[in-house]
Amino acid sequence: MPHSQLRIVIVGHVDHGKSTLIGRLLNDTGSLPDGKVEQVREMSRKRGMPFEWAFVMDALQAERDQGITIDTTQIHFKTKQRPYVIIDAPGHTEFLKNMVTGASQADAALLVIDADEGALEQSRRHAFLLHLLGVRQVAVVVNKMDKVEFSSRRYEAVAQEIKDYLAELGLQPKAVIPVSARNGDNIVSRSEQSDWYLGPTVIEQLDAFRPQQTSPDQPLRFPLQDVYKPDDRRILAGRIESGRLRVGDTLHFSPTGASAKVVSIEAWNHPETVLSAQAGQSIGITLDKRIFAERGHIAHHQADAPTLAHRLSVRLFWLVSDPLVVGKTYTLKIATGEHRVTVEQVTAVIDVEDLSSTPGKAVRRNEVAEVVLRSRSPIALDLASDLPRTGRGALIDGNDVVGGCLVVEIEDAAAANITEVSHTVSLEERAQANGHKGGIVWLTGLSGAGKSTLAMALERALFDRGWQTFVLDGDNVRNGLNAGLGFSSDDRAENIRRVAETAKLFADAGMVVIASLISPLKSDRARARVIGGERFHEVHVAADLATCEERDPKGLYKKARAGEIAEFTGISAPYEAPDQPELVIDTDALSRSEALAQLLDYVDETLGKNSLKSEKELTYVI
Amino acid sequence: MSADLDQLENQSIYILREAYNRIDKLAMLWSIGKDSNALLWLCRKAFFGRIPFPVVQLDTAMELPEVYEFRDRITKEWNLDLKVEQCPPEEEMDQTLPPLTRAAARKTEGLKNLLRDHAYQGVMVGIRRDEQATRAKERVFSPRSLEGDWDVKDQPAEFWDHYKTRFPEGVHVRIHPLLAWTELDIWRYSQREGIPIVPLYFARDGKRYRSLGEKNITFPVDSNASTIDEIIAELQVTRIPERAGRAMDNESEDSFERLRSVGYM
Repeated sequence: MPHSQLRIVIVGHVDHGKSTLIGRLLNDTGSLPDGKVEQVREMSRKRGMPFEWAFVMDALQAERDQGITIDTTQIHFKTKQRPYVIIDAPGHTEFLKNMVTGASQADAALLVIDADEGALEQSRRHAFLLHLLGVRQVAVVVNKMDKVEFSSRRYEAVAQEIKDYLAELGLQPKAVIPVSARNGDNIVSRSEQSDWYLGPTVIEQLDAFRPQQTSPDQPLRFPLQDVYKPDDRRILAGRIESGRLRVGDTLHFSPTGASAKVVSIEAWNHPETVLSAQAGQSIGITLDKRIFAERGHIAHHQADAPTLAHRLSVRLFWLVSDPLVVGKTYTLKIATGEHRVTVEQVTAVIDVEDLSSTPGKAVRRNEVAEVVLRSRSPIALDLASDLPRTGRGALIDGNDVVGGCLVVEIEDAAAANITEVSHTVSLEERAQANGHKGGIVWLTGLSGAGKSTLAMALERALFDRGWQTFVLDGDNVRNGLNAGLGFSSDDRAENIRRVAETAKLFADAGMVVIASLISPLKSDRARARVIGGERFHEVHVAADLATCEERDPKGLYKKARAGEIAEFTGISAPYEAPDQPELVIDTDALSRSEALAQLLDYVDETLGKNSLKSEKELTYVI
Repeated sequence: MSADLDQLENQSIYILREAYNRIDKLAMLWSIGKDSNALLWLCRKAFFGRIPFPVVQLDTAMELPEVYEFRDRITKEWNLDLKVEQCPPEEEMDQTLPPLTRAAARKTEGLKNLLRDHAYQGVMVGIRRDEQATRAKERVFSPRSLEGDWDVKDQPAEFWDHYKTRFPEGVHVRIHPLLAWTELDIWRYSQREGIPIVPLYFARDGKRYRSLGEKNITFPVDSNASTIDEIIAELQVTRIPERAGRAMDNESEDSFERLRSVGYM
């Protein structure tokens, strides 16, 4: 049976002979189908053109007519050692998009340079992009040696020039091979015309390349593609990008922070139970509990988490005529996650000729640059140098993929470059002055459970007693602070995060903040708790769904039942009740005044005068 | 030893799942040949036994009887949501096309009707790059205009598995999960997995179909390979192109390119 195939991309300046080299490789290894050469001879004769090996490759009418390669193409052939896929990438600048498309799939590359012309700008750009795309195995083919009478001096000059350039990129070519693709010198067999050359032929070099391998020993990154419910199972599907996972592992999910244990690795038509899976495998898993997890979230082990970033530096290549400009917002796709990012700075536009760089305001088509991006919500990612598959991405503008990028620097959201200003007024002073502590009373429960009613009543009661208090109501914040957010799961989570952050500021200011939000998911509330710290008090305003639906104060259940509201909590979306709330208020069983009394008692006890007595002994974590 | 088949399988499943997640209204074209049978099999793997979209046969009523028998059996056994789209007659085709190419163009028109009538935004197609030189230039997610035109000179960038999955109104996308496979890979995979095969691929009286198309434009080639093992052995040495038995490919230099540029699969 054949070995794993190797994917080779052939790049280089236009007219330096890429297609001719490929035609020759196919012919000399006996890989062309019967009749192909005759067909091309006939085609050339009809057009009144000399026979060209390149015509074996160029499939399109326009390519044969103009003698150029327009789009990347892939051709299979084999040597004695193994099968290959050859990726022919166009040299023309205007087809760089196609070159990148071809090159990103490759295990190794041949960079073709005309012996007479040397490494022109396009050769350098291609070398740079190969490096950026992560192709580390490169060999250089110095073509058209027949045009320079197989001069070893000319060969040495061209070889040295390109070696120096590659060295600056941190690349070392595996070989620099003098060839004449047209005549077949040093392609499959050694040429008598270059007896001074002792290195490998093109075929020998191809056979010496190694397939790119993913190591299962790296940290686990399992980005979710989708969640399927084929029956009573809930399967999280995706491809493991690095590392491995096993049944029984506890997985953590970024950016939500949710965690659960792997119960099974699901496989169809697979006789044995699957117990582990590793990088490269497209799998599906089930978990021991229902957590909020969706496309774009990345599962990992606790010890090796990806970084959560709001701000990152990327090295980027730009493919379209609309320039990338500072201040513009794009979608950054990393693995399966998509994030809105704004360009904060163009740190450097790189000149591919001499690798010098200058700061700028924009990046133009086919340019390479370093750019700082800022995102609204935290992005789980890695440095491309650590884990390429979760450290590189595509930029999308509207409907189009417009650029690609590698993450080269991350500002950790947790340790962001923000120095907190220490307040001259301490928390204790505020608490003493107000006569109560600051805190967050987080009311969660189904729509209609009575959260808003209770929140408003509590605010009134506390205010009447002279307390500093304010209600943050889910519906109200959506008109202002969070007006830009929609109702996708991402936006809902972000809505809750912002309310939590705002509540924290109020509590820092010494106030009792009453947050009234359905906040149906445990993971979102867990995050709010992390933000609020010990001043966060979770109160479950509990009522039966049937009761809530009967109350239906906003008429929403009726609409949801009629299918007018998608994803309505309790009807078509889950409500995850708290496991260990600080307080449960059962509004089915209690009257309004009883419910309020219970809540007031709790607030009094935890935030009121009595709690201030032990004030000095408490250490606050700000 | 089939690490390479595992790699191809994993990549195809990844593509199928991307398509299913990103494209709203999706269908799969099923020609009942060896490639689309393998694709159906991969769908069952990707979605854990259930194929979550309809499977469409573009029918010219010119398939061989064994093909229809196979279709009906598998549809039942695999519980497929099969839709059969009847293709318009040859008289309605572009008369400037050479005659055999015209016969093949019926499928393109059938596909256009299907897309128009059912508003599919994406169709999965089991083509491979090694089948034919213009297919070698295909993207995994390949957008087509409403009329089915393929703009080969301006295809979307597609690197590191980041496919174009957003399209303006009126554009549909062809998804090609098998592009990276070869004919030999398909046979090795079919053998490994035990995927059912239309018997016409196996030699009888010194002839077998290597590529299965309509009976008026596809012909069996010389072969004594009557098992998958023998087919694999044959493919490892043959220099006869796969589509040698497809009459229209050889009709004129650019017939296949002309067909494809207006929407042929």
